[in-house]
Amino acid sequence: MRRTERLFGKNCPAVLAILWGVTQSHYVLADLPASYLHGNGSKAYPVVSLTWGLLAISIAVTVIVCALLVLGIVARRARTDEIASTPVGRSGGGMPWLVWGTGISTVALFGSLVWTVAVLADINGPPSKPTVTIEVTGQQWWWKARYLSDDASRTITTANEIHIPVGQPIRIKLIGADVIHSFWVPALTGKTDTIPGQTNTMWLEADKPGIYRGPCTEYCGAQHAHMTAFVVADPPDAFKNWWDAQITSASAPTSDDGMRGQGAFVFHCGACHTVRGTEAGGTTGPELTHLMTRQTIAAGTLDNTPSNLAGWISNPQALKPGTTMPAPGLSGREVTDITAYLETLR
Amino acid sequence: MTLVDIERRPEIARVSETDRAKLKTIWETRPGLAGFLSSVDHKDVGIRYIVTAFVFLILGGVEALIMRVQLAKPEQSLLTPEQYNQLFSMHGMTMIFLYALPVLSGFSNYLWPLLLGARDMAFPRLNAFSYWIYVFAGIFMYAGFAIGAGPNDGWFNYVPYASRQYNPGMNMDFYALGMIFLGISTSVGAANFIVTLVRTRAPGMSLNRLPILIWGTLTASAANILVVPAVSLAFFLLWMDRQFGTHFFDVSQGGQPLLWQHLFWIFGHPWVYAVVLPAMGMVSDGLPAFCRRPLVGYTPVALSTVATMVLGFGVWVHHMFATGMPNLALSFFSGASIVIAVPSAVAVFAWLATIWNGRPVITTAFLFFASMIALFVIGGVSGFMTGSLPVDWQLTDTYFVVAHLHYVLIGINVFPVVGALYFWFPKFTGRMLDERLGRWNFWTMFLGFNIGFLPMHLTGLWGMPRRVYTYPEGMGWDWLNMISSVGSFLFAFGVLLLLINLAVSLRRGKVAGPNPWDAPTLEWAVPSPPPPYNFDVIPHVASRHPLWEDRLQESEARTSLTEGYLLDHGRETIGTTPLDGDIDLILKMPEDSYAPFMLSVAISAFFLALLLHWWWLAAAAGVATIGAIAIWLWPEHDLGQTADAGHD
Repeated sequence: MRRTERLFGKNCPAVLAILWGVTQSHYVLADLPASYLHGNGSKAYPVVSLTWGLLAISIAVTVIVCALLVLGIVARRARTDEIASTPVGRSGGGMPWLVWGTGISTVALFGSLVWTVAVLADINGPPSKPTVTIEVTGQQWWWKARYLSDDASRTITTANEIHIPVGQPIRIKLIGADVIHSFWVPALTGKTDTIPGQTNTMWLEADKPGIYRGPCTEYCGAQHAHMTAFVVADPPDAFKNWWDAQITSASAPTSDDGMRGQGAFVFHCGACHTVRGTEAGGTTGPELTHLMTRQTIAAGTLDNTPSNLAGWISNPQALKPGTTMPAPGLSGREVTDITAYLETLR
Repeated sequence: MTLVDIERRPEIARVSETDRAKLKTIWETRPGLAGFLSSVDHKDVGIRYIVTAFVFLILGGVEALIMRVQLAKPEQSLLTPEQYNQLFSMHGMTMIFLYALPVLSGFSNYLWPLLLGARDMAFPRLNAFSYWIYVFAGIFMYAGFAIGAGPNDGWFNYVPYASRQYNPGMNMDFYALGMIFLGISTSVGAANFIVTLVRTRAPGMSLNRLPILIWGTLTASAANILVVPAVSLAFFLLWMDRQFGTHFFDVSQGGQPLLWQHLFWIFGHPWVYAVVLPAMGMVSDGLPAFCRRPLVGYTPVALSTVATMVLGFGVWVHHMFATGMPNLALSFFSGASIVIAVPSAVAVFAWLATIWNGRPVITTAFLFFASMIALFVIGGVSGFMTGSLPVDWQLTDTYFVVAHLHYVLIGINVFPVVGALYFWFPKFTGRMLDERLGRWNFWTMFLGFNIGFLPMHLTGLWGMPRRVYTYPEGMGWDWLNMISSVGSFLFAFGVLLLLINLAVSLRRGKVAGPNPWDAPTLEWAVPSPPPPYNFDVIPHVASRHPLWEDRLQESEARTSLTEGYLLDHGRETIGTTPLDGDIDLILKMPEDSYAPFMLSVAISAFFLALLLHWWWLAAAAGVATIGAIAIWLWPEHDLGQTADAGHD
């Protein structure tokens, strides 16, 4: 045993550490926003099972091979460090190792392949006709979401927070506006890229209300790190209310600074941002008609608080270097006024 | 190499001191700068490759450490996004293109003629040329980084982000031209290996007697010949798009972003196998020496090397599982990506069987080789997971893949390479590396690596995307990243111990003698370091383990090392038939020459001119290139290339 410790004693903790980590992950999973070791929906469940299954096979294979390696060295180690005095020979056959090892591996691999294909068939399409179709556009460095409807008056555009009804399959059409991005909601669905020049389609479903995080996962430039979409799963009634509210235009501000802020907003921000009901009608940046219903700003970069809003509009480049939003060069007064106005966009 | 259909019958001799002196005069490279610039000795070229690759390994490592500091904690601002993006791009490019393959080319360049029983590679000048192009292309790509215009779109360099519209600086032009430039080196190097194998093996060195390292490099070379054109083309098209407004990848004009990905990955995935198969060969050849028995399952292992590469051509789309291609098409590639693990299993169980059926003597080299088996399996099973399509939709572009690829590239390339240094350093220099420092070296690298990269699997499973310059708190990633950063510094410390060991042992190491490991293959039959002409006489090979024949007693035949073809009429080696290794003819080998260096300088000037749009310089460099080629190819009497060289 002493020899074991001398040789590979330090190897075992490494293997144990990952085992421990994986087992522990079960307990803390619920707290981890981007983990995909658990899922919430009919598309996620079969994949989560497959992931755990393959993970178990992988860990088992690693442990078995490492054990055979360490045991082999310990059991067969030459009595001396003098290499030339250790005799050379073709002892033992050894070929059964190859036959059995490769044979068992092959069976495990083909079993995994069959399981893979079965899961693939299972999640290939939604279990029932999707109730909502959302066109999601990836662009540097935020997500545009357009809710399609046969009734043109119900078509709405929003940004970075994508509300869906719980328990219903949703169709997502993915548009690439500039470079390639990838849409991913770990708890609900794997990744599909948004690629310029082609429209990819995928589906997802959440079976529990909640906010599901979705970081961009195709490298897309300077602020790839700050490009998070949030899928907000609401009970169907709440979802309908949300959609109804989103259709409405912004109500006019009533306070003095709010009114001043609206003017400044239209002047400074309106070329890129839309607030329906005002003259601000730009489409380059996120649509802001109901900005205050969102939890974060700048695609998950900051919590949506008045002070963060003020900081963001004064100097976006400091908070998200490289962002396509230029520093608008606002006076302190304008910052206060515009922030006050933005707070009215509920 | 020139083929000479000789009437002269090469004499068979037992070598004398006079002959040795004569051979030395014939083959020796001049001292000083003149020799440095003109040497075509495969051993010089090999050592240069290894040293240069290690310089790039250190550069890439430092880049990695800076990134690990940035990522140690959430929301840090040590680096700007642009700096981080250039660093991770440079790190990937450096390790994959400027370290991983070149270091193996270095070992193979040094070892091939010694393993095969030849006096040099088939094309010695091409060999030198391949090195010069490699080092100049490396400098070219680093020049961009030095002036703040390094590649910033990852080593994979996806369009449209790499197009001029989104990436207006010179970053991508350095990278695109640099990759085409480097492709020249890879291609000619690969061609040289293939011809060397086919034509210059010693008599009796039939295919079934080749060391596995030879199989690995041969397979990798064949793959590179086939796939490097794809990536060179891709980068050429990109450069055309950027500089001349062509529309290969321009969506607004009907171009296709996915064309880039196909061209890149049909190269990129076989390349991954090219940078591991020769290293697996090192383990297959190194382990038996320490286990005191031949490799178990030589034939299955050799065949699995080739099978891996063949299957390796059919898996490239697994890098593109999320691109929205039809699931039916994707499932084919998913299947291929899972099945490719079968030949790997053959190798793993062959190594295990060799240990279990041998009497392993524990040395530092053995520890590096043996630990590679464990790291190989971890990198293998994580690869198997990413091969499963629905799982990969989750795993891809997370830190799970970062962990996977580092287990592959460090586990199956760096660990065997360091083991190979401990194994072959005595042959290269005549001195042993220090074993005590070696143990420290091994354990710090092994622990540091696993502490750094095992947790990354979990970081990935917990959803951390790749290529982010920072990450928010509260995602569960904080402590994992801190552990990874600590581990990576420990690993770097291990590499530092290696460098110290190399520096110290080079001068003070124990004198090795020709065969310090009592190993079986031909390179151990010659002095350490080998003389410029490698072998006194061309050996006649009778088995797979020429130096163990008396002990293995597998047949009556014995390899002849002291009596054979002397070949002392100028630089010569023997040409043999491709399959059986029967003697065919005498190959006349070139003298040292400046032509490879001059040609490389001319080509470098050409690429610089393309980069800067200095068309007059491009024209001049083009003329210089043709001139250098003319000097190179000018018929030489000594090589039997002029009419009077023969027998008229």
